[in-house]
This record gives sequence, structure tokens and C-alpha cells, in this order.
Amino acid sequence: MADLGDVLEAGDRRDDTGKVALSLRIRRYNPEVSDESWWDEFALEMEPNDRLLDALHEVKWHHDGTLALRRSCAHGICGSDAMLINGRNALACKILVKDVAPRCTVEPIRGLAVLKDLIVDMEPFFAGYRSVLPFLVDDGSAPDRERVQSPEERHRFDDTTKCILCAACTTSCPIFWSDDEYVGPAAIVNAHRFIYDSRDEAARERLKILSEKTGVFRCRTTFNCTQACPRGIQVTQAIQEVKRSILFERF
Amino acid sequence: MTTTHTYDAVIVGAGGAGLRAAIEASDRVKTAVISKLYPTRSHTGTAQGGVCAALGNVEEDSAEWHAFDTVKGGDYLVDQPAAQLMCEEAIDAIYELEHWGLPFNRTPDGRIDQRRFGGHTRNHGEAPVKRACYAADRTGHMILQTLYQQCVKRNVRFFNEFYVLDLLMQEGRCAGVVAYELAASELHVFHAKSVLFATGGFGRMFKVSSNAHTLTGDGPAVVFRRGLPLEDMEFFQFHPTGVYKMGILLSEAVRGEGGILLNGEGERFMERYAPTVKDLAPRDLVCRAIYQEIKEGRGAGPHKDAVWLDVRHLPRDVIEEKLPDVTEFARVYLSVEPTTDLVPIQPTAHYAMGGIPTDVDGRVVVGPEEKPVPGLYAAGECACVSVHGANRLGTNSLLDIVVFGRRGGKHMAEYSAGADVPALDAAPEGDTAAMLEGFLTRTAGENTADVRTELQDAMFDLAFVVRSEESLTKMREILAGLRERFERATVQDKGKVFNTDLMEAVEVGFLLDCADALVEAALARDESRGGHHREDHPLRDDEHWLKHSLAYRGDDGSIRLQFKDVKLGPYVPMERKY
Repeated sequence: MADLGDVLEAGDRRDDTGKVALSLRIRRYNPEVSDESWWDEFALEMEPNDRLLDALHEVKWHHDGTLALRRSCAHGICGSDAMLINGRNALACKILVKDVAPRCTVEPIRGLAVLKDLIVDMEPFFAGYRSVLPFLVDDGSAPDRERVQSPEERHRFDDTTKCILCAACTTSCPIFWSDDEYVGPAAIVNAHRFIYDSRDEAARERLKILSEKTGVFRCRTTFNCTQACPRGIQVTQAIQEVKRSILFERF
Repeated sequence: MTTTHTYDAVIVGAGGAGLRAAIEASDRVKTAVISKLYPTRSHTGTAQGGVCAALGNVEEDSAEWHAFDTVKGGDYLVDQPAAQLMCEEAIDAIYELEHWGLPFNRTPDGRIDQRRFGGHTRNHGEAPVKRACYAADRTGHMILQTLYQQCVKRNVRFFNEFYVLDLLMQEGRCAGVVAYELAASELHVFHAKSVLFATGGFGRMFKVSSNAHTLTGDGPAVVFRRGLPLEDMEFFQFHPTGVYKMGILLSEAVRGEGGILLNGEGERFMERYAPTVKDLAPRDLVCRAIYQEIKEGRGAGPHKDAVWLDVRHLPRDVIEEKLPDVTEFARVYLSVEPTTDLVPIQPTAHYAMGGIPTDVDGRVVVGPEEKPVPGLYAAGECACVSVHGANRLGTNSLLDIVVFGRRGGKHMAEYSAGADVPALDAAPEGDTAAMLEGFLTRTAGENTADVRTELQDAMFDLAFVVRSEESLTKMREILAGLRERFERATVQDKGKVFNTDLMEAVEVGFLLDCADALVEAALARDESRGGHHREDHPLRDDEHWLKHSLAYRGDDGSIRLQFKDVKLGPYVPMERKY
């Protein structure tokens, strides 16, 4: 381990003052104004460590109050502010200004109807989620205390428990854009979370649902979903595991 | 245009408390959940470290020890029977979550694993105890997901992105709420036999806060405006380890797993303030220690206004597997590599101990005599049972929401099953419509974002970790000025589709109400206890102040205070040493 004195000195040297210029281009849409979307551009001065969400707030609070976006926790957990940022899906609260300055383009996520500015209709996304039985199904024989589950069994589905339902994966998927029947990556991730949980009894039902024409075999393994996931979930791998289970189980 | 809905039970808010209540109520009576966010966006999801229950899976423990820690941690302002009940029901509440699928971390023999957390001790303070059940450092996320999954399974009726803006009362009885539908700018009257508020906290009144932008005290403010009291509003928890300047929470689990705090000189200063439990002292003590270090010139960083969180000595697998989110926050937001560098932190406004006064069944109660308001309930952070007293112990918030969410949901369902539908005046949405019209018709006036920023800056300077009569009096004056400006405020967006500009303006008004109540109660309480520290009265004063405050808004806008005795029990107040 490095000498404490050196580490302290390095910490004291870290300074984050000073502003950077950010030109923020936002795709706008407001059905009360026009049937067509348009672009607005805002010239901002931000701190390098500000989040892109802070820049959007700067626009909303001091330039144009009509800008509409969803956000809540502002640190990458609530999943409200997935957007297309410089052509890639990400959460606006997990992108720092210094990483996108001096120019950044923000658009709504794709494949869901835009309702206003950066707000899209999330209902089809949640309908996909609900279709895969996203809850533990047991045989009703739970003991008075906790069920036993080994650390290895618990680890088997750990990755897919991280999902925050932000839709960054699903709306980065080219199949989802063109096929509104496909349940999409997020729904499969949430099915995966239960299929491989040793306490669950409904894996076969979920695999059956996902073996249908709206399910996993629509996936063409483009890996967009894995790249888009702000939680670092190996989404494509989870989908492949579900595909293999369906083939192995011979539905 | 206004739509009217009729329900037996209406739950406002879809975080842990609201969802747990919904599971309970929807099995029994016609239930609706109204939430201004999609349920899985709720702030319960950001809770990291764990949820405590004396399972005794890893080492000996008892619910009685847990209750003692809760009372002592709360600086004896806790209602002891409520804390005893919560700690006893904790054990079944955890098993219930496990049965619903919550993926707790496991011991090698497959039981729920447990770890240490601040203020939780064995045998009345002897040594830290492993009591916190956890799912990595995303325990709140897993609780929120699990409860939402159970609501999906039960087909619970949700009204998402609906903002509750008013409470309807009829002859002293709750008759429903008025809500605003964000997508279409329409008002909805929810005519209901019972209403449970579970709207969370109001930390956004402070500049540095761990709270979501949406935590604006909607429930407490709506109740307060209808003449009902708010309890113990002066007690706000500041959490020691917020990301420097941003306030994002770095879980106490970091210190539970062995992380330590260093001042600018590299000294582990908590050894001086809490010789027994050191860095795992309760949050209020650690915050004041940090404040003291900075004040005495031993702060860290370029501006000497932070201290360091040090995890460099922890095994790599602990950092990566047990604290992955915390590690990522440091990397993403501070560009700091915690395995080799020190992480700059500062106290962050975290949790409201006070709120809408309730009994242990979630019933809202009024006055020192605790008279229930028929049909009106509250649970979770927006409520004050009071199980957290003057300072909440880490993990007890997640416990509070499942225990009292369940109890509130059950009681409201039973009450609604036996109650008739309350009467309702014609056009009960009139007050709400007029308030919104004000913002929409004024073409010139204050920008509410500026009012909010000034509120946050002033509350951070004057009503934060350390307060005084002078600072609070100044804050009171500032609040009067902000209110006057707020009443002249306007919004830029005059449209009817996702008018978030309008709703943010309304939220600023809610924050001002909560701040008014906080400052008045904090001025009156001339002692220091838990999260409320008065520089000019630095000692606890049990002779005069072993009581809860109740703040009421009068018809003339002034605030009146009442007090009610703390419900004591087996634990006699003593000096809080750790």
C-alpha cells in the first residue's frame, strides 16, 4: 500500500474548480406545438464533474422551463433518465460533463412513442416485463424461517438482480425497434433472475413464454443491450443462457 | 375536466412503505396506489447497506438488544413500546421478504448473512453485532423490486405519474385526495374511505442531500396545510459519508466492512470521539465529529472542507463483491479509485425522523392526547411513529417501511371494510385548481427554481449539522421572504402535456412548508439531542425536553407548537457514549 503521506498529498491536490463550455443539442417534441420534432441548442458553462443531468437541469431551470424529462435519484439507481446521448443509450445522471464536452447531443430513447421531449411511453416496456411472471413462484412450502440457499445458488442469478428497469437495453435493440411484439432484453433479464433462482418453481412456464415468437429467439446477438446497460449486466449472456435452457429443455 | 374515482383504500406513494401497505390492503379491499413516479423509481431503491433484524444467524443476538440500540441511538426520544414492537416484528418481516424472493446474501450454510452497522451492538453496547441482513450494497433496490413484484403478482391498481396535491377532509374524517395527472394536466378526485400517505422524505430542502430530486415532502405538506400536525420536524438526519459536494450516499456498510475515516492530517479521528465503536458510532455523532475536525482546521482536500473515507486496506473481494455500488460511485462521480486513493466525503442531508404523527397501526393522530383521524394513515419516512426518535439508526428505515407499511395497510383495510363512504362536497378539487391556475396565469414573476436554490443554500448554511438561535432566527426571516416571492412565482410552461415545470413549482411550495415547520420546532427546542444540535445549548435537557414537538399551521399562516410526552419503557435515559 502506498505511503499515507503521499496519498493524503495526492488527495489535497485534486482540485475540481473551473468551468467548461458545453454546447447541448436536444431533440425536442411537443404535440401542443408541432407534429414534428425539432432541435434546440443551448450554450452552457458547467463544472467538469457535473452530471449531464445537471446540464439538462440548467437548461430547464434557467433557459427553457418547457423542457420535459424524467429523473429522480440522480445517481444511477432509479432508472428514470435513460436517454440517447451522443448516439448511445445511457443514464444522464451517470455521464459527466467532462466526458462529453464541448458538444453533446441528447435524444429520447428509441422504439417507444415520444410523448414530449425526452419523455417516452413506458407502458409497452412494462407490459413486456409483466408478461414473463416477474415474481417468485413457490410451492407454498416455505419454512417458518428463511429457506436455505447456498452462496453458489445465490450467485447463479446475481447479475440479473441488478436490473433497474431503465429500458436502456431494450431501446438499444434493433429488433425491438422494428418489431413491437418482441418482449425485449429487459423482460428476459427479469425472467432470467427467477429462472435460475433455486427457490423458484416456475422456470418451465417462463421458458415456455420466452420460447414463443415474441421471445428470446428474436434476439440476433448484437450486444447493444450489454453495452447500454448502466448497471453492467451481461444482458446478451443472460439471453443466451435462456436460449440454451429452452433448447436443452426441448419446449 | 375532473375525473372522480371511488376506492376503499388509496395509498399515496409507491416506495417500500406504500407497496407493502398495498400488498396488505389490496388482498382485502378495493385499493389504488397513486405515485408521482413509476413505482420502481422510488427512493427506497437507493438504500444500500441492509435491514436489521435479530435473526442471530451469524452471532448471538436478540430483539431486545435491537430495541435498546434503537432507543439509545434515538437519544431517548424514541417511543419505546413502538421500538420494541418494530424490533420484535423485524424477524418475521425479514423471513416474509425472503419468502417473496428477496435475494439476500447467504452464509456458507445457506442462511441469510448478516453484517455490522453503526449503533447496532450486542448486550446493550458491549461491542458491534452482526445484525444487518443485506443483498450486496443494494438492499433497498432488492426490497423495492421484491415488493413491486408482489404487487404485479396481485394485479394492484397503480396510477403512475399522478401527483397528490390535496387531502379531502369531511367533518374530521378523511374523504380522499385530489391528484394531478402529469401526462394530461387533468385533476382527479379519489373519493376514498381511507388514505395512507407514504411519500417519503424532504431532504431536497438542503443543498447537499442524498435524496432524490423528487423528495419534496408532498405528503407532510398536504397534511400540514389541512391543519393537521407534523411531529419532531426539527430532527433531520445528516449522514456522515456523502460524496463531496454531490451528497450521493456512500453506505455506512463501508465502515461496517472495515472502512475508516481520516482527517486532513491522516488521523483516524473517530478514536477520539467514540473510543469503543469508533467509526461505527451513530450518524449524528460522526457528523458532529467531522464538523469539529473541519472547524478546527483539520479538514481534508483542496478547500479543507471534507474528510477522507479510507478503504484501501480492505481485501479486494470485499470492495468488489460486498460494496460494488459504493465503489462505482467513487469511480464515476469523483474519478477516484478507492482501492488506492482516499475518497472525499462530507455530511449529507439524509433522512427525516419527523413527519406525520401516527400510532403503531399507521393511524394519523392529533395532539398530545393522540386522537386518531378516522380514515387517515401514514407510513415510512413521511410518518413519525416515533421509532427513530432524535436520530435513526442505520438500516432501521428499511425495517420501518416493511413493519409499519404492513400494519398501516392492514388497519386501513379493516377500517375500510367496516366504514361507509364519506360524504364529499361538490367540486372538491377547487382549491387545487386555483393554486395551479395562479402559476399558469401569472406571466411575470419569480422563477421557482431560484427560490428552491436559495432555500437549499440557506438551509445548508443555517439549519444543518449545527444550529443556533441566531442561525435559525435568520433562517426564519429568509423563509418569510422566500414565501412572499414564491407566492408571486410563475412557470414558463403553460401547456397541458407533461408539464413538469408546473409540478416542480408545486414541489417548491411543499418544501417551504416542511422547512417552516422544521425551523420553528428547531428554534423552540433549546437543547441538543440526536440530529438536532444547538451550538448555544449543546447539552441534552431531559428535564424539559423529553417530549415530541407538534407543529400546526394556523389559518393565518402562523405556526403553533404543542408538545407531547415521550412514551418511555424499560430504558432509562442515560448519557450516550459509544
